Amino acid sequence: MFKRKAKKPKEATYREVWQHGDLATKLSFFIMGFAQLKNKQWVKGLSFLITEVVFLIWMVFSGVSALSMLTTLGTIKHKQVVFDKTQGVYITKMPDNSVVILLFGVLAVILVIAMIGLYVANLRSVRHLYALKRDGEHVPTNGEDLASLLDKKLYGTLLAIPIAGVVAFTILPTVYMISMAFTNYDSKHPIGFSWTGFAAFKNVLSGDLAGTFFPVLGWTLVWAICATATTFFFGVLLAMLIESKGIKHKGFWRTIFVIVYAVPQFISLLMMAQFLDLQGPLNTLLLNWGWIAHPINFISASANPMVARITVIIVNMWIGVPVSMLVSTAIIQNLPQDQIEAARIDGANAFQIFRSVTFPQILFVMAPALIQQFIGNINNFNVIFLLTGGYPMNNNYNGAGDTDLLVTWLYNLVFGQTQRYNASAVLGILIFIISATVSLIAYRRTNAFKEG
Amino acid sequence: MKSYTAQRRLSLILRYILLVILAIVWIFPIVWIVLASFSYNDTGFVSTIIPNKFTLQNYIGIFTSKQFPFVNWILNTTFVSVVSATLSTLVTICVAYVLSRLRFRMRKPFLQIALVLGMFPGFMSMIALYYILKSFNMLNLFGLILVYVGGAGLGFYVAKGFFDTIPTAIDEAAEMDGATQWQTFIHIGLPMSRPIIVYTALMAFIGPWIDFIFSGIILSSSGNAKSYTIAYGLYNMVHATKGTSTMYFTQFIAGCVIIAIPITVLFVIMQKFYVNGITAGADKG
Repeated sequence: MFKRKAKKPKEATYREVWQHGDLATKLSFFIMGFAQLKNKQWVKGLSFLITEVVFLIWMVFSGVSALSMLTTLGTIKHKQVVFDKTQGVYITKMPDNSVVILLFGVLAVILVIAMIGLYVANLRSVRHLYALKRDGEHVPTNGEDLASLLDKKLYGTLLAIPIAGVVAFTILPTVYMISMAFTNYDSKHPIGFSWTGFAAFKNVLSGDLAGTFFPVLGWTLVWAICATATTFFFGVLLAMLIESKGIKHKGFWRTIFVIVYAVPQFISLLMMAQFLDLQGPLNTLLLNWGWIAHPINFISASANPMVARITVIIVNMWIGVPVSMLVSTAIIQNLPQDQIEAARIDGANAFQIFRSVTFPQILFVMAPALIQQFIGNINNFNVIFLLTGGYPMNNNYNGAGDTDLLVTWLYNLVFGQTQRYNASAVLGILIFIISATVSLIAYRRTNAFKEG
Repeated sequence: MKSYTAQRRLSLILRYILLVILAIVWIFPIVWIVLASFSYNDTGFVSTIIPNKFTLQNYIGIFTSKQFPFVNWILNTTFVSVVSATLSTLVTICVAYVLSRLRFRMRKPFLQIALVLGMFPGFMSMIALYYILKSFNMLNLFGLILVYVGGAGLGFYVAKGFFDTIPTAIDEAAEMDGATQWQTFIHIGLPMSRPIIVYTALMAFIGPWIDFIFSGIILSSSGNAKSYTIAYGLYNMVHATKGTSTMYFTQFIAGCVIIAIPITVLFVIMQKFYVNGITAGADKG
């Protein structure tokens, strides 16, 4: 849509700036903001200068130590009693708190990277100033600089706070957790832990967790495919039914189904678990009607794994079909009618029209959304956690049940008895790799589909 | 011709029957939840569809319970929701507007990074956030607000899809007339984005009302039931307090109904925006 702008030639190379620039320009390679200050850009210059000073002070007082401790994650790994020669007494030394060391280490790395970014920005600004002066052009004043923040550089102004938020609340935690995958942080090393490279990965992929990882991964993929396919397919059918000719009060029917989706999931799913309980209303009802002789064990601890898995997929349809219905309704209403008319004139029946005309078109529009849903289902925590809690437990698994997905297992590894934080971080990374691969392949294919 | 009309009518009747059956199946558990909230029960277990005895006691109980400070939960959640909805909306709209309407060097990379970050399971960052907030002594409602708002910078897809549909010719016209980008944003962008502002704000408002995982991880360590939010409080009522939970099960349902009704109504009203959001996100550029 937007043509790539032709690359402008560089106004000056850094070498030229260094060789021909005046003293202030040269100095600002070391002391940020000098050139700007000399050209009376007080605001810009001072902010560069102050940031650098604050950064250096922070570096001296805590940055260097945070970075150097990052290599060992603290030298004292166990609680120990040592003899203090200067005082002549035995003292207890607590292990270094690697959790905090790692956290501040990661924070320090991010700050250093941000500082390097700022330094580059400073160099660019210096080069620009140099070129302006060399060519005898107008050097922007303070006022003009500030005004550009609301005009040409508005993006920076509006994005500054959000990006800070993303760095602090998404990037920092993610990097922190990724680095945890390379340590031995678990219940045996709860305070002082150390780097262990890929040991935790080995554990999950071929060690004592492999017997759980691969079956759970298999079920996660089966679940994600089934959950996405069933909700999509039945959502489309339901939408077609409501949209079909002659049905009155379409909005009313739609709303009935949407209500189910709109009820907060922690309520509807917890209640659904109760509803499907061995002594719950559904079993009572079926018994009273005489349809079954014994109550069915749908999802409890002693349920049949197959029954539990099918129940989970069906309950997910109860929640997911209304969403697909809503979206496909919107698409159906916007479908070009002429093709359907043409097919009808050619003598196609309703089923043929649906199979060859309507459905492919809906699929085409919804393909990207379906990929997102698939990824969402791989990470679908609520349905499993609230409905079955992973039950029925599987004795062959390490801390997981038959309905547990990778994410709920990840949760168990952290908050359950085992407290294998490093393994949970590895799982997180593996889930990311799976999601990224799936969407990469899928997006490529849909794009090819679009162009072809 | 007559057989054709008869056929049409038969088909319509069959479709109505199917629709009614489906509607009953779908709405049945919801109706049961509401009925169960009125049921008199001392075993803590609802095993019937229609209660044997109706009572309002559950609703009175939940508001006067000493063990479960329901009123505090509502106040806490309202506070968190209002503050984080206001701030999140501001953040989301700014990011969406910038990424949709303005062109700058880091735009594409930013979009790609956001996409990649979205693929990490949320739990990973949640557990880390717990330690981060802990080391800054922020395991409270303010920490929770920060977390909600901090994540808002990545939840721009729906709003961006909305801005993408507004023709850029309007912006260009404003630019011709000498408006700065800020003026265009304030006087053209914002007024036109009223529907999406409402949608974003309501979604950000609902978020804290239904989030039990995050609020649980962050607030549970205080051990003070008065500091919980409603979703975690209610969840905790049936789960963490095993043993007593069955005793209060019907009260729990009553609490759920009180929360679910306004949320459900809000969502049903907004379903149109929701659909627009999904289909707008569908055609990625």
